[in-house]
Amino acid sequence: MPSTFAAAWAIAAKDLLLEFRSRTAFLSSLVFTALVLAIFNFARDPTAVSTTDIAPGILWVTFTFAGLLGLNRAFALERENHALDGLLLSPASRTALYLGKVVANLVFVAAIEAVALPLFALFFNMPLLPVLVPLAGVIALATVGFVVVGTLMSAIAVNTRFAELMLPVLMLPFLMPPITGAVQVTSRLFGGRPFSEVSAWLKLLVAYDIVFIVLCVLIFEHILDE
Amino acid sequence: MTAIERAERMLRRSSFFMALGLVLMVAVYVRALRFTPVEATQGPAQKIYYIHPPSAWVAFLAFGIVGVCSLLYLFLKDPRLDRLAASSAEVGVVFTTVVLITGPIWAKPIWGTWWTWDARLTSTLFLWFVYFGYLVLRSAVPEPGRRARYSAVLGILGSLLVPFIHVSVLLFRTLHPKAVFLNPEGPGLPGPMLATLLFSLGVFTLFFFGLVTHRYAQATVVDARAAAEADDAR
Repeated sequence: MPSTFAAAWAIAAKDLLLEFRSRTAFLSSLVFTALVLAIFNFARDPTAVSTTDIAPGILWVTFTFAGLLGLNRAFALERENHALDGLLLSPASRTALYLGKVVANLVFVAAIEAVALPLFALFFNMPLLPVLVPLAGVIALATVGFVVVGTLMSAIAVNTRFAELMLPVLMLPFLMPPITGAVQVTSRLFGGRPFSEVSAWLKLLVAYDIVFIVLCVLIFEHILDE
Repeated sequence: MTAIERAERMLRRSSFFMALGLVLMVAVYVRALRFTPVEATQGPAQKIYYIHPPSAWVAFLAFGIVGVCSLLYLFLKDPRLDRLAASSAEVGVVFTTVVLITGPIWAKPIWGTWWTWDARLTSTLFLWFVYFGYLVLRSAVPEPGRRARYSAVLGILGSLLVPFIHVSVLLFRTLHPKAVFLNPEGPGLPGPMLATLLFSLGVFTLFFFGLVTHRYAQATVVDARAAAEADDAR
């Protein structure tokens, strides 16, 4: 088991190093996120709907789009020069490969979220600091579920025709529970509501994470060719 | 008997069951429209009961079969399981579409709106999305072995997603109460209506099995011919 984690970490470090050296995917995702946030500002009528009602939804739709962009990258990277075959020939187990990709995607998406969140607070004039810690917790819960399923789906989508379109079609139904939960909790955090109102949603988010982490780790090996 | 002949015989048999299902479906309509009393409060709109719930039942049955076959496939790697899952998913999507179309037709006169984000409606819609995605995925992977594995994985994930969607919609609804014009549960059905409904359920199930076996037999013929051609080429 320790070797699995070591190998997973090596794969994640490789992906992140590649990303850190080129920065193309990261920077373009970041600009894309800022653009989505800016466009949302013009897609609402500030006199009709108050910002606090609509902002949590905007935040999570933006995170969803940004995340989908990042996920497409994970296995597309390995297609070039059949790099995936190299990884499969290496002593690293398939579970390690999956976990490594999950960690790399998590870091990637989290980095984008970390920049997008203050931007969101700035654009929509939301009081971020008082709710920062619980909000970060919710973002972590939803992002883990999202990335765990998304990494698996991107491994599938990359070998299909129309890979870029296939990922969102397969992925978005799976985002419905975590995104709904995250939006509900976020809006209650900004509204200063008591914890009892969000506990059921938090349970849902945790249950989703646990079920899909276990399932995806078990099932991933079936996606790769023998 | 060769594999192709066996599959073709299955194709003929399933055609018989499909035809029988269709004929009995006519009988369902005749019984529902002519020999079943009109419901007092809903009027003729209630006649949808003899199509809508049976279609939903068949759709759930279909997706249940997809889930079980997908799970078994990953262990047994038997192409028959993959063909059955694919056939079942296809028929299931068709019946889910029927549910999604007949539902609003009933909801407009009874609830006063075509669509509401009620728990069952939303879950059914997402069910449709998940298994439509399943079919799209199948069409986008040319190699049979890979297609079977990918769709089995998606079939299993989808079966686990459905309860999560249902719970989140229920939570969404209870935290945001909205005016619903009528209790969707409705009262218990009186005898003749219940009999028609049960009759319809039986006919839809028969029709479903006719369609799935037909689709399955078709897929078997295609695969057997491809295998025979590959043998000839060798």
